[in-house]
Amino acid sequence: MTDVTAHTATDDRGYLTEKGFWSWAATLDHKRIGVMYFYTTFLFFLLGGLLALVVRLELMTPGPSLISDHAFDVLYTMHGNMMIFLFIIPAIPSALGNFFIPMMVGARDVAFPRLNLAGYWIFVAGVIVVLASLVQPMDTGWTFYTPYSAKTGAAVTTISFGIFLVGMSSIVTGLNFIVTIHQLRAPGLTWFRLPLFIWAMYATSIIQVLATPVVGVTFLLLAAERLLGVGFFDPAKGGDPLLFQQFFWFYSHPVVYVMILPAMGIITEIIPVFSRKPIFGYKAIAYSSLSIAFIGFLVWGHHMFVSGMSNTASVIFSFLTFFVAVPTGIKVFNWIATLYRGSIFLDSPMLYALTFIFLFIIGGLTGPFLGALATNVPLHDTYFVVAHFHYTIMGGTVMGYFAGLHYWFPKMTGRMVNEKVAKLAWVFIFIGFNITFFTMFILGLMGMPRRYAEYLPQQQGLNIVATVGSWILAVGVLIMVGNFIRDMFHGAQATANPWHSKTLEWQTASPPATENFEEIPVVTEWPYSYGKKKE
Amino acid sequence: MRRKVIEVSMELFRTPGEAYSNIAGQIDSVFIFITLIGLFFFVITQGCLIYFAFKYRSDKLDPNAETPYITDNRLLETIWIVIPSILILAIFAYGFLVFRDFRTPPAGAEEINVTASQWMYKFKYPDGHTEVNEVRVPVNKPVKFIMTATDVIHGFYLPDFRIKQDILPGAYTTLWVQPKKSGSFIILCTQYCGVGHSTMRARMIVMKQEEYDAWAKHEGGETTGAVSLADKGHEILEQSGCLSCHTEDGTQKLGPTLKGLYGRKTIMSDGSTVVADEDYIKESIFDPAARIVKEFQPIMPTYKGSLKDDDITAIIAYIKTLK
Amino acid sequence: MHDVTETKTHSSGQALETAKLGIWCFLATEVLLFGALFTAYTIFRVSDPQMFLTEHLKLNRIFGAVNTIVLICSSLSVALGIAAIRQGKQRMLRICLILTLVLAATFLGVKYAEYSEHIARGELPGTNNFFSLYYMMTGLHAIHVCGGMAALGTMLVMAYRGKFSAEYNTPVEITGLYWHFVDLVWIYLFPLLYLIG
Repeated sequence: MTDVTAHTATDDRGYLTEKGFWSWAATLDHKRIGVMYFYTTFLFFLLGGLLALVVRLELMTPGPSLISDHAFDVLYTMHGNMMIFLFIIPAIPSALGNFFIPMMVGARDVAFPRLNLAGYWIFVAGVIVVLASLVQPMDTGWTFYTPYSAKTGAAVTTISFGIFLVGMSSIVTGLNFIVTIHQLRAPGLTWFRLPLFIWAMYATSIIQVLATPVVGVTFLLLAAERLLGVGFFDPAKGGDPLLFQQFFWFYSHPVVYVMILPAMGIITEIIPVFSRKPIFGYKAIAYSSLSIAFIGFLVWGHHMFVSGMSNTASVIFSFLTFFVAVPTGIKVFNWIATLYRGSIFLDSPMLYALTFIFLFIIGGLTGPFLGALATNVPLHDTYFVVAHFHYTIMGGTVMGYFAGLHYWFPKMTGRMVNEKVAKLAWVFIFIGFNITFFTMFILGLMGMPRRYAEYLPQQQGLNIVATVGSWILAVGVLIMVGNFIRDMFHGAQATANPWHSKTLEWQTASPPATENFEEIPVVTEWPYSYGKKKE
Repeated sequence: MRRKVIEVSMELFRTPGEAYSNIAGQIDSVFIFITLIGLFFFVITQGCLIYFAFKYRSDKLDPNAETPYITDNRLLETIWIVIPSILILAIFAYGFLVFRDFRTPPAGAEEINVTASQWMYKFKYPDGHTEVNEVRVPVNKPVKFIMTATDVIHGFYLPDFRIKQDILPGAYTTLWVQPKKSGSFIILCTQYCGVGHSTMRARMIVMKQEEYDAWAKHEGGETTGAVSLADKGHEILEQSGCLSCHTEDGTQKLGPTLKGLYGRKTIMSDGSTVVADEDYIKESIFDPAARIVKEFQPIMPTYKGSLKDDDITAIIAYIKTLK
Repeated sequence: MHDVTETKTHSSGQALETAKLGIWCFLATEVLLFGALFTAYTIFRVSDPQMFLTEHLKLNRIFGAVNTIVLICSSLSVALGIAAIRQGKQRMLRICLILTLVLAATFLGVKYAEYSEHIARGELPGTNNFFSLYYMMTGLHAIHVCGGMAALGTMLVMAYRGKFSAEYNTPVEITGLYWHFVDLVWIYLFPLLYLIG
């Protein structure tokens, strides 16, 4: 394997050299497409976050204060839609996945570069249509349950088409990655020499390809009900509102694994590099990604225990739900085992990686309360659920994303992140996050339902605490973003491999040339041979 | 500030579910069980995580660090697959057992019909009288809510009793409770249903038996000729011509007899078996052609448009009396 | 602008493999897409068999059967076209592509006639769940036929420009695969909607 660590930092801007609007808009370079996805999705992270801040501000009082109840309902609906469909589902796969998968398998690009570009513009079209729905903003919650979503006057039909387009982009990305990983691996790069980020992305892509069409049809049918009077979900026409929920969750449960698996993949890359130890249990982690993807398709009914779904179905879904804990636990134990007797360097990528594990454990351990039938009943549709998914998605995926951004920043930009400021941002983020969301577990236990513009007065104290937490979290995010912006232009120049990682993307210049490698590398060993190998 | 914290803790822990009802107590027990197992894993994993991160930290990223080359450990891996698997199965089992009790209403529970609509709950007692956003029940007696919605999906959540159930339009869902404590308990809507979702609240007032009897005598049955639900159902059956094809005494006529109908296992013309419940009776009245009982002809006309959901509720109540 | 496509795939054999894997992945998504509708079909058929019994008789079986034969023939014609170009027979490929397009257009024409008939009789997507299923399933299928025609049309244009040969005919192959899938979906739709009582 060519080791480029000896190269010094240069002024060569590699894939970033060519300038001009069309060099980006019509690019076939997976790295540029990844960067475009990054900016588009990050925009919605910030917008969605802003909406959340307003929501939390309103929640400082039990009754309406700043905004009307209807406006509040619209805000959290759009917070959810933006965060889920326009940020968290596409972010790691389409931004970091696009940038790094070809490099990590030793290829020059993805299997279908033109399809990749098309996918980006389909995503943008979807974004525009989703935003267009704001002319008649909706308050259905991101779950769009019928009959309310079929009857309401808001622009549900419009957003249905927007989400359909965004889903098509997701499918295109997943399809491209599956074929890339199968067909474009460098010579010598057998399946069990692949970095575990690739295994994670492979599993993610399978879910994207198989689950997304179902939600596409679901939204199509919702639009059909509104436009053509199709009555699958309408009890007055012999339809069943629960059918919508079944179709919706058939996608929306697997999609949370689309959200978490890539982040887990990033963590699995960072931990060995920053502990200077081989990853513990490579095959177990690889197989666990596939198992999580598979089991994830079988458990959607655990969102519907109190929906009116049959008792038998509820029991089966609860039983199956617990199985996903096993492969997830395997990953957590393996990461921690990798730390054992390592040489641990706590720079920002590693700090965020460890934070991921810490917060994801909390989020994950609150899962059984919701998977167990008896305890699901009081906790369903309360703030306990809101806390659970924010711990797993924000404490999990978003922290993993931040870890990946800090880790790969030198590779993507050719510059180093200012560690002092990054760590300062981390302190605010960690503290703010926990104050905001741990409080919500307690609020859920106290019986505060979700999607409540007005709540019982005795719950005000904790709501105020959560809001203050959200400010601290916001400050941290702003510091982090400011740091990234400043470092993009003024950060110290990065060498090719500042973290001395053995995966292929680091065996190139920072930033890499457009064609990635001068010569396609030949791979002779797995990428985790850190430390002292026993002779 | 200090007082607020104490208030919160006491709110949570002062009155355990056990005080409100047996089911609530059982649900709380499952919660504690899961918490203990969760804490066990939490301490081990987070403990190791934080301990290792500190103990093995280095102030530089050393590319030549001589760390031990550990790639697996079969024993450890087996342990941490087997033990969690056993524990989570235990959690599932415990949760399932309590759920089974929760979903099995005791026989002889008093039935109260609930109709949810944007944005209120209407409670209809067996004696026919109706209240909005308030329901009264006697303490220590089981009560079963039979619920439907008129427009969109709503929720019915009794946080003190740890129970909830979604309310669907076009179908019936049920929820039962046997309160051990008298008092006034809030009912919250837990399925987003429009702008009034978070202000759509009701109260369940649990009264001591004597007080309840006194109230029932005063409120129910004697006000403005309110007819019991079952009697109303009988009236509708007579007026709608149902009794020309269906008997009430078990004899055969053009349609299946209504006697013993509720809960009866019926064989359909396509061979399938159906237990006649609220949903089935409603379907038979609004969409009789959907399923035909074996050996009967598909000649029943539909009453969609001429009978309302409330009428169906009354008919069902009456049919239930024809044992 | 540096076109990186050329250096990527190591050989034309691998390029074909890559394209085939891509189209199979895409067909997998299509299976799930139609699968959701087939699931809805199953659910409503089980819950309301009477409705299916009475309503399905309102469909025009002649038109349905004609369309089935038309599509099967179109699958045959595209397969013949691929067999031809594998032997370098460019003219044969063009003829087969034209034939496939004509048959596809016929399919759409018949569907147009069918839909017109139903609409005139007031049998609309919102009439009842059977007709909702009928319109949604055949409608989604028809959209895929249109997409297939666009792909076939593109293949025809490229064929006229002499882009295909015995050595290189990957796009035709994968278009053919897609077209067979579209045919296959119809072969399920026809009996489920038109024939079964």
